[in-house]
Amino acid sequence: MDLPALWLSLRLAAITTLLLFVVGVPIAYWLASTRSRFKPVVEALVALPIVLPPTVLGFFLLLSMGSNGPLGQLSEGVFGRPLAFTFEALVIASVLYSLPFAVQPIAVAFAAVDRGLIEASWTLGTSRLRTFARIMVPLSRGGLIAGGVLAFAHTLGEFGVVLMVGGNIPGVTRTLSMAIYDDVQALDYGSATLTAVFLLVVSFFALVLTYAGQGRVAAAWRTT
Amino acid sequence: MGGRRVRLLLLGGAVLATTVLVAAVTVGPLATVAGGSQELSIAAAADLKFAMDELVGVYQQDHPNTEITVTYGSSGTFFAQLGQGAPFDLFFSADESYPMRLEDQGIAVKGSTFPYAIGRIVVWVPNGSALDVKVNGLEVLLDPAARHIAIANPEHAPYGKAAVAALEYAGLYEQVKDRLVLGENVAQAAQYAESGSADVGIIALSLALAPTLADQGTYWEIPADYHPEIDQGAAIISASKAQAAAKDFASFMQSPAARAVMQRYGFVLPGEG
Repeated sequence: MDLPALWLSLRLAAITTLLLFVVGVPIAYWLASTRSRFKPVVEALVALPIVLPPTVLGFFLLLSMGSNGPLGQLSEGVFGRPLAFTFEALVIASVLYSLPFAVQPIAVAFAAVDRGLIEASWTLGTSRLRTFARIMVPLSRGGLIAGGVLAFAHTLGEFGVVLMVGGNIPGVTRTLSMAIYDDVQALDYGSATLTAVFLLVVSFFALVLTYAGQGRVAAAWRTT
Repeated sequence: MGGRRVRLLLLGGAVLATTVLVAAVTVGPLATVAGGSQELSIAAAADLKFAMDELVGVYQQDHPNTEITVTYGSSGTFFAQLGQGAPFDLFFSADESYPMRLEDQGIAVKGSTFPYAIGRIVVWVPNGSALDVKVNGLEVLLDPAARHIAIANPEHAPYGKAAVAALEYAGLYEQVKDRLVLGENVAQAAQYAESGSADVGIIALSLALAPTLADQGTYWEIPADYHPEIDQGAAIISASKAQAAAKDFASFMQSPAARAVMQRYGFVLPGEG
């Protein structure tokens, strides 16, 4: 198996998951508590990567991160190089691509927390942040774990977006799925099989972990 | 399963996940370059897949401090990616026009394009195929057993362009065009044929001669005058920070050792006629 690719994919998935917690938890909190009439619009935007073909997302990202795109120009100005075909480009793409997989289970778990408990906490003078940390988070643990595991596993296996913005550079943007694609073209079926089985096993256990711990939350998520 | 066991499982999973997370975020890329060595990133046309692997091996025997990574794909895809700022140092195209156009756009170093090989294409069938390419040549494509014919995508792969040109020259294109399956590049076309997904492929001679494919099937060389000559050119990329290493590898390609490897893979070399 392609070890640099394995390591790259693990790093990508780990960094993406961490960033998704930073970005996704506030979005999930807003979605779970808002009565705004724009909620369906935001929900649709978050869920878009589920139905959008990865090549479409990848194409738009490539245009915006390439030498002539706005993000690419920004990066050129700040770091002196375009953004496309870098590890950072993969991180940005993965955060967008895996966003619904983190946000949806977390939002469902937040929404399932008894509103009465939260309001009781507020009326007792506990701050919103403290209420969130002491009541919301522990009661939504299942959804948070599910969101993290699904985002991690989904990023580990992405292909179409990576193909468009990554350029398949060994050690920089060649992820595990790209390594499989390359191995098959190089007729190295042994290595392709090993990597493919590895991803299969990881995906399976990610789901087992998700369902074993949070049957209730995962089931609720399935019906959304 | 008891609640305690589930909790243990979850705890174990959480510890493992945290370890990976922390390690992944804090430790950098696995292949960090040691002091004094440098990296050279090559984009190479897919027909070079096996030849270039070998060439890099030969080069690194004399240059252990140069860390070379090669990405294979279709020349047209690389052309597009380089236009978007893809960070390659050296581009080995399967034609001459892509490197020339990159020079015109200032993306490749002016005057750096050099011819390094002339390619050939073959009709290839896997062992045990009902199609006898040795006897019938391109005519096997008219056989009903040739249900799918793999070629590289002529839109952006020079070897695909050459395949279509040869089919047109032989007057077969109209009859077979509905049975063509397009690989992203010529190595994928070869994989389609090798795996039996396609019954026959029009692929690079260099791939047919590669050790992994050589004993998997038989081929018939399409005469060179069936298609415009596949003049393959390479160029150094302007934005590369490894200009000296790129130049050095480019001159290595003209060395007797490199030429011997290229010849073994069926390439005609520039200056040999």
